[in-house]
Amino acid sequence: MQIPTLASMAAEGKKPDVLFWVGCSGSFDERAKKITKAFIKILNHSAISYAVLGPEESCTGDPAKRSGNEFLFQMQAIANIEVMNAYEVTKIVTTCPHCFNTLKNEYPELGGDYQVQHHTQFLKKLLDDGKITLEGGSFKGKRITFHDPCYLGRANKVYEAPRDLIKKLDAELVEMKNCKSKGLCCGAGGAQMFKEPEKGNKDINIERTEQAIDSKPDIIATGCPFCNTMMTDGVKNKEKEDSLPVKDIAELIAEAEDL
Amino acid sequence: MTFIPNILFFIVFSIGLSLFVVNIKKVISNIRLGKDIDRNDRKKERWINMTLLALGQSKMVHRPVSGILHIIVYVGFILINIELLEIIVDGLLGTHRVFAPYLGGFYNFLIGTFEILAFLVFISVIIFWMRRNIIKLKRFMNPEMKGWPKNDADFILYFEIVLMFLFLSMNATDGLLQDLNTPHYLKAGAYPISIYLQPLYDGFSQSGLIVLERTFWWLHIIGILIFANYLYYSKHLHILLAFPNTYYANLDSKGKFKNNSNVTKEVRLMMDPNIDPFASAPSESPPEKFGVSDVIDMNWVQLLNAYTCTECGRCTSECPANQTGKKLSPRKIMMDTRDRLVEVGENYRKNKQKFIPDGKELLNDYISTEELWACTSCNACVEACPIGIDPLSIIMDMRQYLVMEKSSAPGDLNNMMSNIENNGAPWPFNNQDRLLWANEDQIN
Repeated sequence: MQIPTLASMAAEGKKPDVLFWVGCSGSFDERAKKITKAFIKILNHSAISYAVLGPEESCTGDPAKRSGNEFLFQMQAIANIEVMNAYEVTKIVTTCPHCFNTLKNEYPELGGDYQVQHHTQFLKKLLDDGKITLEGGSFKGKRITFHDPCYLGRANKVYEAPRDLIKKLDAELVEMKNCKSKGLCCGAGGAQMFKEPEKGNKDINIERTEQAIDSKPDIIATGCPFCNTMMTDGVKNKEKEDSLPVKDIAELIAEAEDL
Repeated sequence: MTFIPNILFFIVFSIGLSLFVVNIKKVISNIRLGKDIDRNDRKKERWINMTLLALGQSKMVHRPVSGILHIIVYVGFILINIELLEIIVDGLLGTHRVFAPYLGGFYNFLIGTFEILAFLVFISVIIFWMRRNIIKLKRFMNPEMKGWPKNDADFILYFEIVLMFLFLSMNATDGLLQDLNTPHYLKAGAYPISIYLQPLYDGFSQSGLIVLERTFWWLHIIGILIFANYLYYSKHLHILLAFPNTYYANLDSKGKFKNNSNVTKEVRLMMDPNIDPFASAPSESPPEKFGVSDVIDMNWVQLLNAYTCTECGRCTSECPANQTGKKLSPRKIMMDTRDRLVEVGENYRKNKQKFIPDGKELLNDYISTEELWACTSCNACVEACPIGIDPLSIIMDMRQYLVMEKSSAPGDLNNMMSNIENNGAPWPFNNQDRLLWANEDQIN
């Protein structure tokens, strides 16, 4: 499958409407690559003019900044901004809330001013504009709970776009004890993804998975590759991996549309 | 002779007020030890934020029980203090209920309302006390709440109980004296609550009642002056600082962490192809320290946050790390910052506005690295704070010091960072392989 890159399009003198920022997780992590592919299917299906950066993309610097390495963060940010500004990027969509937050909030001061959307906002817009139509299909009547990624929810107040999409699947949206602005972290943020947790009496993802299970869902939905990893591990820990899938909103939509 | 009480009142009140002003000046000068940060923009939004959060208590009611009880105490506190104005005028002029003749029926309404509020405050404070001492709510029982913080919280409640009791007893004896047509005690006020306290005092003679009434009146005003001066030593400063704290709070997205502009300069220099590599570095000032290891590295809003914290623990009870037994407690971060700030501030005052190193720092002596590395930066603590305190910014600034000045990140994070440095991803993958997923299986 040929994925358009900004470089290949520029070579043909073309420019896409939107840059799909894939992110490190979406590029390299086995589970997250499936989310990337699901989103690509929707983009193709809706005939969106998009491109990726491919090898010209580099980590946004989020985990470096949250670890305290401001120098490495800004090196990454300024290098990425140089690349994107050279291609005259104006719109970005990404499937990772960490990339979303960093690109949207921390890049402008460093010279990178773009319209940045999380893929759930982007998909909601496609739906509103009639570019995709959703009929629940296989998800009709299923109980789906949404785990709010911290960097999408509390950090940027995006609570409704993913929920609207779930409702459009004719599914029953069930909320966990802690949701939206009170949503409990999956445990991966602040660069915790890349280290062992500090000493405690429980892992955060187990606590969150228990909250999810308490809402008796058929599916746990989320909108972040790291949350996905943490919740998937939590479900495995509870030995429910055969009965309780953890899926990204993009995957749910691609599946419902039979893409 | 008749002027002695007035003079005495003037002296007592002046001492109380001056000590209060001295203490508040100390708080302000300590906050000014912080570094500059511009929070004077977006004035309209700031006024709205303050009106909603501090004046309107909008976030307090996210927890309805404590929220509503707190609103009762807050409204009671503010309104009953209108009465304080009359008490001060009476004290200075030797009058009694000086406003009554001017306000007529409205005066009775006011006094009646104050009494009902005082009673509601009394009940609320007792419930607050029970939540801390009988029900023992979890968030009041964390390790950082042992000792002084626990006593402080209880003292405040006892203060309020005693002040309300004195206020109502003052009115009860006044009412009895009015019924006896005592000279100087004009018939004024309505006493819907204190009337039930009158049986306690109606055995006394007229002169005995006068002594009682005066005693309650004096103890009430002295109590208020003591309480005002207690604020400085207590978490209770929030009754004043909640207002500036919400005004100067961060208005940007919670996910936006500030970019260190000194780093930007260095990075731009490094990446500028036109820079002369042999030019000597500008050396007029020592390089700026990165991040925070002590309170003087913080900005003044972070220091204001620390003084404003009233240790309610809503942040800690929402913290995912704390909930799962990690050592991190965002409330403790704020309490440690304040305690260290008080210590550093005293050091400055003792040494003629110079800081003499005391062999201590906020980092390690107060806040351990284990606490700092347990944070997921999820912003639950920031969201939970009813008055806009941001413990996360302190945690992140301290991490910045650890990594950039001490190179002491946990080993796993060092691996992650060297991966980003070498191949542009937190894992050891080749950047050239970023698009391999496209060829792995059929997408369409």
